[in-house]
Amino acid sequence: MTNGAAGRIEITDLGMVFGRDGRTVEAVRRFTLMTTPGEFVALLGPSGCGKTTVLNAVAGFVPPTVGRVVVDGESVAQPGADRGMVFQQHSLFPWKTVLGNVEFGLKMRGVGKKERKSQAHAYLNLVGLTGFEHAYPGELSGGMQQRVGIARALVNRPRVLLMDEPFGALDAQTRLTMQELLLGVWREVRTTVLFVTHDIDEALFLADRVAVMTGRPGQIRDLVEVKLARPRAAEIITSPAFMALKARVLAQVREESARTLSRPRP
Amino acid sequence: MATAPKVGIAPFVGATAAQVATQALLRLEGWRRPALRVLSIGFFFAAWHVATTWDMDFYVRFQNIPTPAEVLEEAVVLFGSAGFYVHILASLERIWLGFAIATTLGVGLGLLIGWFRFAEDTLFPPIELFRPIPAVAWVPLSIMLWPTERSSIVFITTLGAFFPIVLNTIHGVEGIDRQLVRAATSLGAGRLAIFREVVIPGALPSIVTGLSVGMGVSWICLISAEMISGQFGVGYFTWVAYGIVKYSQIVVGMLVIGVLGMLSSALIRLVGARCMPWLPRRMKDGT
Ligand SMILES: Nc1ncnc2c1ncn2[C@@H]1O[C@H](COP(=O)(O)OP(=O)(O)OP(=O)(O)O)[C@@H](O)[C@H]1O
Ligand SMILES: [Mg+2]
Repeated sequence: MTNGAAGRIEITDLGMVFGRDGRTVEAVRRFTLMTTPGEFVALLGPSGCGKTTVLNAVAGFVPPTVGRVVVDGESVAQPGADRGMVFQQHSLFPWKTVLGNVEFGLKMRGVGKKERKSQAHAYLNLVGLTGFEHAYPGELSGGMQQRVGIARALVNRPRVLLMDEPFGALDAQTRLTMQELLLGVWREVRTTVLFVTHDIDEALFLADRVAVMTGRPGQIRDLVEVKLARPRAAEIITSPAFMALKARVLAQVREESARTLSRPRP
Repeated sequence: MATAPKVGIAPFVGATAAQVATQALLRLEGWRRPALRVLSIGFFFAAWHVATTWDMDFYVRFQNIPTPAEVLEEAVVLFGSAGFYVHILASLERIWLGFAIATTLGVGLGLLIGWFRFAEDTLFPPIELFRPIPAVAWVPLSIMLWPTERSSIVFITTLGAFFPIVLNTIHGVEGIDRQLVRAATSLGAGRLAIFREVVIPGALPSIVTGLSVGMGVSWICLISAEMISGQFGVGYFTWVAYGIVKYSQIVVGMLVIGVLGMLSSALIRLVGARCMPWLPRRMKDGT
């Protein structure tokens, strides 16, 4: 289930401006970020700072206003199966079973039915959902739905996995379980992960590097290396090393939140 | 030693009694709703019986209205003769044809109009213009347009079903979650695949609602058209019965229309539920 050494994201001087009814909103300004293949990078920032916008640009959903997004030497022009996306919630096809959802990418590539099924089974097993193949998404809990979403994106063996607050809608207990599960899965597939969150603990627990963003227009304010040994267990968040990192990030995030709040909305 | 079995038996007996009672209750629970439904129809017939046998007259006059017994008698005679079936089959054929054409056109156009801006700009304006005209108002023009009585009535029936179907389909397509489309594209789906895998199933619940409403409207249009212009059909039969003073036949005709309409709506619901196994039961039943 490994895939080469690919997965280098290069975001250079990205600027994203939205226009609506004659007003313009500058969501992202001069955003630059490089990842190495197989790296886990978290994007952390206050609400509305442009995290989703950056992810959408990498996914190819929205073209950059200025700047460039390059993945493995190719300029991103449109969405593609090489960049898998896991959304916050409600992105599974409600009319497809769990198996149908996970198979979808393979079906689009014209993989035969039998082969599709066996590959989908492997990824369902990876996220611990064996036995739920024939359930519909509406019958699953939020955590299970997100696991299907992860399996569905991974079955394409993407070079990059984009995750937009995938655990944001889950309760604290489930979120912790999902974080550990994600790390386990990532150890198997070793794809580059760009993970958006506004939860500091989550970012530090998961990532190799945490990119702290400023308030809107979003820029990178700090890049924090998280040199905590892997595999990481949940207890790590009480270690002194973790606490020190957290204190550093927290101070920045609070500053940015305060700045965002004190500034009048356009 | 002697008390042990007593203690043992007492709860055992209690348990079985409770179990029997629960099971009886459960059986009753299962029968409650069907029983209520039968009862409510029974109540209606009883009221009808009372009003007609007592020849009630309180502004609404029941003197000329046949009693349930008379209607039943007439129904037995009618269903024993071949002539009545000709009328029923004529109506069923027209409904089936009209509804099939309306479904094909309505769903097809609705999907296009809902998904493609160009189709919306070119196809939607005439639909908006013709929609407020009741299908029955088309009857005179329809008789001139179409060569046979059959085709003219099928046209009216089609027209009636078409508008609810096309509008609900458009509505269903427009309500599709953008995020699902994005998810599909990021999984490698092309334009055609998105249409097939996201747009059509996403609009399906709304399409089925449209078919359900369309079926009701097409019956209304069929019967009206038959009453105005037909020579066959249950609508024609009912109208003629009034002319030749066969009041029991009027009511038989009406009840046949009611039962056929009810059955065809049930058929749509059944097919809809089959096509959408992902929807929770409650929504499928429409309750
Ligand atoms: N399509 C759009 N049109 C206009 N404005 C937009 C559009 N998309 C995003 N924006 C604006 O850009 C800014 C950044 O939005 P974005 O969704 O990227 O923030 P975010 O960091 O993901 O926030 P959150 O944490 O709340 O998800 C917001 O002010 C938003 O209103
Ligand atoms: Mg967001």
